[in-house]
Amino acid sequence: MATDAHIRVHGLTMAYGSFVLMRDLTFAVRRGAVFVVMGGSGSGKSTLLRHLIGLNEPAAGEVFYGDVSFTRATPEAREGMLRRFGVLYQSGALFSSLTLAENVGLPLGEYTHLSPAEIREVAALKLALVGLRGFEDYYPSQISGGMQKRAGLARAIALDPEILFFDEPSAGLDPVSSRRLDDLILELRHSLGATVVVVTHELASIFAIADDSVLLDADSRTIIASGPPRELLAQSADPRVHAFLTRGEERPGAETHG
Amino acid sequence: MSGSGTFSVARVDDALCVHLTGVWSLDRGLPPPAALERALEGAASARRVVFDTAGLGTWDSSLVTFVAQLVERCMRLGVGIERRGLPPGLLRLLALAEAVPEKAGARAHPVRASIAVRIGTATIAAWQEAVGWLAFLGGATLALGRFLIGRARYRRVDLAIELQDAGARALPIVTLISFLVGMIMAFVGAVQLQQFGASIYVANMVAIAMAREMGAMMTAIIMAGRTGSAYAAQLGTMNVSQEIDALTTMGIPAMDFLVLPRMLALSLMLPLLAVYADFVGIVGGAVVATGMLDVSLVQYWEQTKSALTVTDFTTGVGKSAVFGILVAVAGCLQGLRSGRSAAAVGASATAAVVSAIVLVIVADGLFAVVFNILGI
Ligand SMILES: Nc1ncnc2c1ncn2[C@@H]1O[C@H](COP(=O)(O)OP(=O)(O)OP(=O)(O)O)[C@@H](O)[C@H]1O
Ligand SMILES: [Mg+2]
Repeated sequence: MATDAHIRVHGLTMAYGSFVLMRDLTFAVRRGAVFVVMGGSGSGKSTLLRHLIGLNEPAAGEVFYGDVSFTRATPEAREGMLRRFGVLYQSGALFSSLTLAENVGLPLGEYTHLSPAEIREVAALKLALVGLRGFEDYYPSQISGGMQKRAGLARAIALDPEILFFDEPSAGLDPVSSRRLDDLILELRHSLGATVVVVTHELASIFAIADDSVLLDADSRTIIASGPPRELLAQSADPRVHAFLTRGEERPGAETHG
Repeated sequence: MSGSGTFSVARVDDALCVHLTGVWSLDRGLPPPAALERALEGAASARRVVFDTAGLGTWDSSLVTFVAQLVERCMRLGVGIERRGLPPGLLRLLALAEAVPEKAGARAHPVRASIAVRIGTATIAAWQEAVGWLAFLGGATLALGRFLIGRARYRRVDLAIELQDAGARALPIVTLISFLVGMIMAFVGAVQLQQFGASIYVANMVAIAMAREMGAMMTAIIMAGRTGSAYAAQLGTMNVSQEIDALTTMGIPAMDFLVLPRMLALSLMLPLLAVYADFVGIVGGAVVATGMLDVSLVQYWEQTKSALTVTDFTTGVGKSAVFGILVAVAGCLQGLRSGRSAAAVGASATAAVVSAIVLVIVADGLFAVVFNILGI
């Protein structure tokens, strides 16, 4: 096992009750890499993310951060590890009764000893980083969906996390904003030195940001490909992998009869 | 742990050099703003600000925030900044933060309004509230009209579910409360009437009070707390998740689809519950009377029959139909007008219960006056 693995998933089986979603997932995420979890809708990408951050418990297998087992950690140890994570949920999940500055400031108030004025300064900076300078006193319902996504990102990076988890960061964004968000993710990874795990099926972003990836398949209930997406596209012989990475278009050369 | 991150300033020729040293971490806080102000007093005379990060350890957002503040102050003072000395990661973050300029007019400026302005705003708000109520009542009446001519757009199954929820499911709580109310009235009455040797009249008191007032009123208050608040929370949540918008764009009026079944359910079920409550209250009274006083069950029953008239019942039942509409309207109105946040939904549920109870009691008072004039 590579020594610089930041996250290791070992033999993970995910299930809702008796409905087994994915079996025996094993992969590792390098420290400082942008790791993409790909897969069709309903294949269990969000569920995998929930397992990584402890919202769901594995039916079997383990998740390690560094050399420490997250699955077997005590609740206190887990809390310490969770503090190092930043999560952007698929729907933004901003607290609707708090302003943007309060949303971003909430984790700062919980985990640091900053004064309210300092928290506001840091929150304003985080909002500026995602392009929301001046929107500190807006409520989530007063801004657009894309802005809510970015505000959610500002909240996720509030505590300078070591690992950032994104669930469909560019879903619901226009191509330009989506591109900007990709740049932002790369930039944050660079400057914060964070490891980034992104769940997405947006091909453009996959090729733009991914260092490494896994592709989940709902029918075979496991990982059908792993590696950098460009290499997968160039080298994989599996038609399902090609179909996914080319939006279902035919492989060049593999012409149909007629 | 080493000391937390600090900074110091020194004059180098015409420049102000900011030395950043130590480990900067959010956990250890930011330097106090006063220190920054003091340091910058010297900056006004300087031509530019430069950075020295030779002694800088690890850093995080605390340093970025600090430098961003410093840059902003310097820009306001018109002092040039040379960023070359800063770590490259920090430079990139700063560039990112400055990439999107503040949208003009985006920032809200809270103004402290004078008392006259506040009174005016409150009056306008109250007026709009009244108009909102009237508009809603009008809409609800139209929906009822469409229902009567069979053209309302609602689902029968929704009506059935609402009927069940506002009816059968409410029986346990109505039973408990009415029984206790009957017992309490009998108990209070018994103590007084015993002094005159007129204990048998406890039956009259309980029967008439339950039938004319308490049955209708208690069920209306119970249903305001139980069902009116649920209506407000349901419709408020639907508003948050844009379900009401979806209905509107499908061309289905929310008034027909959501409000009508609820209004029908409560105004149909509340009279039935009120009759049931009357009966249970009388039973509660009988339990106290036979247990505490020298009254047999048969005597109590005969006395109750002779005391009650059909008018007593019909006034109570008629009132409760009106109360049902009031509770449903308060719940649905507050739900539909709820804001789009979790706290707003909670507030609308509270407002629904409060306004329903106030309306019910005010309406009851009006009924009392009208019945008195009519001699009922
Ligand atoms: N709480 C739950 N209980 C039972 N089944 C669930 C639950 N949540 C999700 N599922 C099922 O798990 C499967 C995967 O869901 P998941 O949300 O992980 O998909 P996804 O890959 O993130 O899809 P998408 O790209 O559409 O977000 C789906 O078939 C879904 O029906
Ligand atoms: Mg998902």
